[in-house]
Amino acid sequence: MKPRSLTSILLLLAVAAFMLSLMAGKVWIWPTSWMADNADGWIFIELRLPRAVLGLCIGAVLGLSGAVMQGYLRNPLADPTVLGVSASAALGGVVAIYLGLNLLPFGLFACAMLGAGASILLLLAISRGGGPIGFILGGMVLSTLAGALTAFVISIAPNPFAASEIINWLMGALTDRLMADVWTALPFMALGALLLFFTGRALDALTLGENGARSLGINLFRLQWIIVIGVGLAVGASVAVSGVVGFVGLIVPHLIRAAYGEQPSRILLPSALGGAILTLTADSLVRLVPGPGEVRLGIAMAVLGAPFFLLLLLRYRKASA
Amino acid sequence: MTLTVRNLNFAHARQPTLDGIAAKFEAGKLSVILGPNGAGKSTLLACLAGLLKPDTGTAHLDDEDISSMAPTARAQRIGLLPQGAETHWAITSEALVALGRIPHMRGAGASTDDRRAISSAMSATATEGFANRPVTQLSGGERARVLLARVLAGEPQWILADEPLANLDPGFQLDILDLLRRQAEAGKGVVAVLHDLHHAVRFADHVVLLNAGKLFAQGSVDEVITTSNLAHVYGIDANLFTDEVGATQLFIKGKISS
Repeated sequence: MKPRSLTSILLLLAVAAFMLSLMAGKVWIWPTSWMADNADGWIFIELRLPRAVLGLCIGAVLGLSGAVMQGYLRNPLADPTVLGVSASAALGGVVAIYLGLNLLPFGLFACAMLGAGASILLLLAISRGGGPIGFILGGMVLSTLAGALTAFVISIAPNPFAASEIINWLMGALTDRLMADVWTALPFMALGALLLFFTGRALDALTLGENGARSLGINLFRLQWIIVIGVGLAVGASVAVSGVVGFVGLIVPHLIRAAYGEQPSRILLPSALGGAILTLTADSLVRLVPGPGEVRLGIAMAVLGAPFFLLLLLRYRKASA
Repeated sequence: MTLTVRNLNFAHARQPTLDGIAAKFEAGKLSVILGPNGAGKSTLLACLAGLLKPDTGTAHLDDEDISSMAPTARAQRIGLLPQGAETHWAITSEALVALGRIPHMRGAGASTDDRRAISSAMSATATEGFANRPVTQLSGGERARVLLARVLAGEPQWILADEPLANLDPGFQLDILDLLRRQAEAGKGVVAVLHDLHHAVRFADHVVLLNAGKLFAQGSVDEVITTSNLAHVYGIDANLFTDEVGATQLFIKGKISS
């Protein structure tokens, strides 16, 4: 199939997933009552709409960031968490909850973005001129450190309620977000995504290795800055608003490559669409699971993602055997 | 058109050093850089390609200092075939060759010039037959030709090739050498790092012999590849003779026991 018609299909699927996310839940809300002046209309405007918009944006930036990271590191196992930005943003959020700053307007978001920003600066300092290896090692150091500090904050939580609130937030969810959350996170995600869409040509050139890319006039140093800042802003903002949602950035580029081929620039936009479809669908499904409350999106994604990844692994082994 | 290296020094912990190299490469010639492992051949080529900046001394393309050229302008004029034949994703041969157009691309998509250059590079290397096959499925010899087509697609004035024959069987080695030779005859400057002295003797117009980071000799094949130079640089005992059609041939008898 031609890439253009594939992209049209993805676009349609994304619209369908977005509609599903607007409608699905303990209460189904059909488009006829979206504008109604009753409980249904209220649920739609105050709860469903922000949730669906966030799902769309978060999924898109996670899919896109995953495709960029895999292209840059030329490693299909890389994902946005490799940089340690997610872990650092999560640490910021956890500290905010611990200090009670999440009760202030935008307190949690600001702290998580501070965490993400600090990790961006540290990464740029650590990996200066080091190429992808310095980059991965820097990201690992950051992830480990932020993870340890997060565990430390949980361990010193004043009471079980605070600890459970922190853990719950960490697991990632899109429940009870407001339009205000959307407007706060959106500019960061949009800016980050915009930067990342410009990396396509350089990522293609890296197919030839670092020397090959540089001999084609690609400035790898600048590419590294664009990726750190782009992924940092986009993924940082997504963690700040929804906690850590894993697997999207890892899985989606794989699926897209199977349909579009492996050229890095060709899978950027489709990966963004695919990420949005996956996240919106998963976030609709978690609302439909019967029982009290909801399955956390982060957990659902891992439950869906792990078997899928195993399948992928088996297919690779079969292909290489 | 010339590539000129003047009093070039380069010292780095992770790279063989260069010490006061002065050399000159001319367009229309196939120049070969020879020397034992660690002599600094690849370092010299990387300085010529503008990937490494010399500590002191300069590498000039005509009268422009290569290390101060804008990367894109440099990439349009100097093409590099890096060592190791890296290809990281299973993209088609044609898509790989198209990467050579990156220095010329402005907006999105390929122009008519781009498409013409890609198809002429693929026909020059006889790679059209597998244009739609993923490069990861090609044999080593086919992939080497596709990678060379990638360099040709950029239509550079200079083609720098770092060990382009590594891991190829003798037939494919001759194919690649023949392609490089034809590029030189068409007026391009070609500089290749080679290990096989027989190939250098047969194909080179100009030889630069390095030893331990220093220039040992440069000039024509007859001037540089001599029994005494080979004994001194490689520690081998070699004979040079003229064969029945009048071409110079090399025969390596063995290692000189010290």
